[in-house]
Amino acid sequence: MKIAVLSGKGGTGKTLVSVNLAAAAGDSVYVDCDVEEPNGRLFFKPENLKTWSVSVPVPQVDPDKCTGCRVCVEFCKYNALAWVGDRLKIFSDLCHSCGGCSILCPEGALTEEEREIGRIEGGSSRGVKVLTGVLNPGEASGIPIIQELFKELKENQPVFIDCPPGSACIVMETVSVADYCVLVAEPTVFGVHNLGMVWELTRVLGKPSGVVLNKTLAEDNPAEAFCREKGIPIIGRISFEQELGLLNSEARVAAWEADKYRELFSHLLRRVTKEAKG
Amino acid sequence: MRVAMPIEGQSLESAICQSFGRSPYYLFYDTEESFGDYKENSAPASLGGAGIKAAQLILDEKADVLLTPRCGENAAQVLREGGVRIYKTEGDSVRSNLEAFKAGRLEELREIQPGRHDHRG
Repeated sequence: MKIAVLSGKGGTGKTLVSVNLAAAAGDSVYVDCDVEEPNGRLFFKPENLKTWSVSVPVPQVDPDKCTGCRVCVEFCKYNALAWVGDRLKIFSDLCHSCGGCSILCPEGALTEEEREIGRIEGGSSRGVKVLTGVLNPGEASGIPIIQELFKELKENQPVFIDCPPGSACIVMETVSVADYCVLVAEPTVFGVHNLGMVWELTRVLGKPSGVVLNKTLAEDNPAEAFCREKGIPIIGRISFEQELGLLNSEARVAAWEADKYRELFSHLLRRVTKEAKG
Repeated sequence: MRVAMPIEGQSLESAICQSFGRSPYYLFYDTEESFGDYKENSAPASLGGAGIKAAQLILDEKADVLLTPRCGENAAQVLREGGVRIYKTEGDSVRSNLEAFKAGRLEELREIQPGRHDHRG
């Protein structure tokens, strides 16, 4: 069972929900796919850390073989290659690693070399396997890191995926492996707009989903109204409480620290498991 | 000398385009012949690296200088390594900037926009 936890915007509680679901499940895997700002590890403080590098292939040119035919320059949709004066110039950071240029080069002047774009950290914390993707600053795409993270997943354990914010390509890549999507929503008009975007995304990808209303208050909740209007199941509610805010601010796992939160997230876990099994 | 400029239309009366890489057209003006020709820019439809593609066109058209209000880092690298000098335009009139350039009144472009402008992820 793979559960993706997502929200249209940052700061709605993706990490809170995914970390605590994994903690409530115990023998499980937590995968931090928010590679630009991974923070689940701050809560889990995983031990026995192992780190390995993630790299992508980018072209390099042998100037003695290159004749300046410009087949590669014309081919590259991302304009990562230019013919400048009398030599080929390569913008490695714009390359999407499709490999087309080196396949098409009639002179065999282009070969691929590996360029590091980030790393994966793996460790464990009270029975939870913690996998963290880290993208190097300035890199355009974290998708290769997500793909490497998913190679680590085995079928026999429940997996909780902390998704990147937004609804761009990297979120689609992350959601693609999920059996079920938990959409975390905050009670603001801005939050509802972004909730609508991720909900649409899960529908396009054919993924079943349910909403966790986070930071709920006594007054009317625009996110709840949206769910009712669209017929989206509400699978959990987390009230806006100082105690939870404090635990979070100290990077403590609420489900491990207080009985009421252990119960709250265990209950949510049962609901999610039931929904995921259809 | 062949002078390149990003412009909005195909006439000397057109305004200078505020974006270099995604300009709809470029003017290539021969200062000796006092004659300009126009090239359509295919770079705006690019998935990324529009500035690089546009700079490639400027090099391929054998321009000596580029007059532009702005220029990105990647495009500037291609242009400079290709031997094209970059000057900063003032206002949006093509004619007055050509005159100012010929009279030596335009300054070289110093502020280069950093990084890429494409969508992340």
